[in-house]
Amino acid sequence: MPLQSLDITRRSATTTPSPGERQTMEVAKLIDVSKCIGCKACQVACMEWNDTRDEIGTNTGVYDNPRDLTEASWTVMRYSEVELEPNRLEWLIRKDGCMHCADPGCLKACPAPGAIVQYGNGIVDFHEENCIGCGYCISGCPFDIPRISKKDGKVYKCTLCSDRVAVGLEPACIKTCPTGALVFGSKEDMVRHANERIADLNQRGYRNAGLYDPPGVGGTHVMYVLQHADKPEIYHGLPKDPHISPLVSLWKGVAKPIASLGLGVMALVGFFHYVTVGPNEVEESGEE
Amino acid sequence: MSADTIQRYSTQERLNHWVVAICFILLAASGLALFHPAFFFLNNLLGGGTWARILHPFIGVVMFVSFLGLMARLRADNRITAADRQWMRQYRDVLANREDRLPEVGRFNGGQKYLFWLMAALLLLLLVSGVLVWQPWFAPYFPVWAVRLAAVVHAVSAFLLIAGLIVHIYAALWVKGSVRAMTRGTVSAPWVQKHHPAWLRQIKGGNK
Repeated sequence: MPLQSLDITRRSATTTPSPGERQTMEVAKLIDVSKCIGCKACQVACMEWNDTRDEIGTNTGVYDNPRDLTEASWTVMRYSEVELEPNRLEWLIRKDGCMHCADPGCLKACPAPGAIVQYGNGIVDFHEENCIGCGYCISGCPFDIPRISKKDGKVYKCTLCSDRVAVGLEPACIKTCPTGALVFGSKEDMVRHANERIADLNQRGYRNAGLYDPPGVGGTHVMYVLQHADKPEIYHGLPKDPHISPLVSLWKGVAKPIASLGLGVMALVGFFHYVTVGPNEVEESGEE
Repeated sequence: MSADTIQRYSTQERLNHWVVAICFILLAASGLALFHPAFFFLNNLLGGGTWARILHPFIGVVMFVSFLGLMARLRADNRITAADRQWMRQYRDVLANREDRLPEVGRFNGGQKYLFWLMAALLLLLLVSGVLVWQPWFAPYFPVWAVRLAAVVHAVSAFLLIAGLIVHIYAALWVKGSVRAMTRGTVSAPWVQKHHPAWLRQIKGGNK
């Protein structure tokens, strides 16, 4: 939770502009699913750098371990066995975690000023000291990422190692990845690198290989190279066209100013009724 | 009690009303605080954002349960009649203090009755939607679409409830003697004659 206040470009529940003088480069993490061997070194590195220790779970008969994201496990590998063509099993392993949307639903939904921020480099970060534990970010997120801690009622998720990135280091998961499935750099460079990878996959027969950088949320700062980019759902339910739910946009968009104004106007109408029409009184002399 | 002093609300009714009212103030303040950042400071009324988040749903349950008490006590006198609908249609006369043109009013007028039933309906919606978004106890057990829908239902119902209670509070300040009726319980006979003549006839008839 670094205090890079100069680099905060968006701040939850804040109606005035954030500091905008400093320009920073947009960064991105690129996850090449075709190169991932599912070793979970990134999960370990994440725990180690961030000093989180999840509870030891139970074996549920699949490789996914922990079974789901938690307040202490900010990234987990999702293993999907799919057979797109008969007798051709594919083991698709996707590193799940916060996508760091350019248009973050969590930040839009958050009612606590400064509990969720977006830095100029695109990283979306939770500032737990401002978090009140309402869970609105969970409803706001199109990817089902934030998790509330049972211990402290605060919400946690991947920070994209904003503390490391701020001092010029790559995120811990990137540093540890043994196959080069995880790379990190400017978003521009990552898109270029992804395109090289996609061209290579196309040559190897993956005709639908492509980049997952969904425009519905303004693009993301965590992107995937998928062998089957036409069917992101097969990667453990990666949404095909994620966007902030219209219900959330209604609730935390237009409804906010209109309803607030409406209540203010009603109170004023009451006041002006009183000073124009006047109170309704029983006249002293009026009785019999 | 002097001859022209009439008991309008019993001690139980007044206590019940004020429990609901105090809950409403705390809920409206903390609810608005989570709705729009302009109201975030209102959270301080409950001891800050986190405390407001923790307390709001419990206070909501207290409000709902105490409103059930008001329902039991006042339901019979809030039955809507044709005269009440006529009273509502003549809202211009109501707003212009021309009570002589309105149909005779019993213990409660059309506005009070409709607000009563509106509150009952909205509180039920608020309770159900509130449980769905209640962190950390209940929300995690519902699918995210249901929680999103509940958040919108909660916000819309709360807006209508606050709007209704702005009218209610203003009406109490506007119609002099109403605040006394709910704080001390009594009103004068001329007050009842002016605002609730049918009720006056009813109690006089009942006493004889």
